[in-house]
Amino acid sequence: MSSDTTTLHHDDAAHGEHEGMTKKRIMKVFWILLGITAIEFFVALVIAPKFPGALWINPIYIVLTLVKAFYIIGYFMHLKFEKMGLILAIVIPVLFIIGLILVLTNESHYWIELRRALTSLL
Amino acid sequence: MSTVVTQQVDEVKSTPWSGGRSPFNVEYGKMMMWFFLLSDAFTFSSLLISYGALRFSAPTWPTPSLVFQSFPGLIEKDAPLVFVGLMTLILILSSVTMVLAVEAGHRNAKKEVVRWMLLTVVGGLMFLGCQALEWSHLYHEGFWWSKIPNAETLQEFFKKGVPLSQQEMSSHQFANLFFTITGFHGFHVFSGVVINIIITINVLLGTYAKRGSYLMIEKVGLYWHFVDLVWVFVFTFFYLV
Repeated sequence: MSSDTTTLHHDDAAHGEHEGMTKKRIMKVFWILLGITAIEFFVALVIAPKFPGALWINPIYIVLTLVKAFYIIGYFMHLKFEKMGLILAIVIPVLFIIGLILVLTNESHYWIELRRALTSLL
Repeated sequence: MSTVVTQQVDEVKSTPWSGGRSPFNVEYGKMMMWFFLLSDAFTFSSLLISYGALRFSAPTWPTPSLVFQSFPGLIEKDAPLVFVGLMTLILILSSVTMVLAVEAGHRNAKKEVVRWMLLTVVGGLMFLGCQALEWSHLYHEGFWWSKIPNAETLQEFFKKGVPLSQQEMSSHQFANLFFTITGFHGFHVFSGVVINIIITINVLLGTYAKRGSYLMIEKVGLYWHFVDLVWVFVFTFFYLV
């Protein structure tokens, strides 16, 4: 009895926990990804032209992209079913990327001002 | 008193971080693949964030739905995003065939693994073919690294009333960033296709059947999904925003 459980555990370690991804679930994630891409196209081709210069269009794209990223990383790359230690080891460093985004978007506003100042000097 | 303390120390702990086994519970190569992908994510983020900063600070930018409005070889104009939509679909589908290969590997079904891996390779090659068409289309319009079309052609890619000097400046930035970033991504796809072919040959030779585990498929799968993931971001920031 106890030896049975040990082999089972050993197998789990060798293959990882993979009961998470069945064919049915793979297809479900595929349809979700396809659906989100279709929504992005709908927004880009139908909604965006009606509101030229609207500031809320780009955040929609970014949120939808992040949702797609979650499904690809979580299900296709199987991260959602890994041990919490691995999930944190991969996800926490990504926060530095958010830091870089904040720094450089802020910086680009200074570049605009700088360019304006330079053109007024010329 | 002291005996109580000893008992507590001697008690065998079984939490993931109490030593004696990996808290991550993944095979070494798979964990290293994750860490490689993390570093690659930083590279791609640096490229995309520089693109974002340059674009935000530019007074104007070529409109994506005007630059990418042809389906090379079929439709010359007025089909914005159709071709890139096809590319996205191909890459998502090849990601699906990749997970199906991983799933077949868990069942040690060699024939199915080979079938899905070959379909993944075909998907990757189709994507690369599309990208070659897209690049050659833009090249023939006049875009290349530090090259832009003549003033007349350039006019078509901007909203009306943008001065020519601004058009030329932002088109240069657009061309350099577009070819560098999609080129770097395309190179990843190319490497992925090569890796997938090698692994498929190994499957056919029975390497993993002998090993008793198709874990290698999972590792190359991680890389392949990452390539798809990067495309999702490239697609959003170059073609939609």
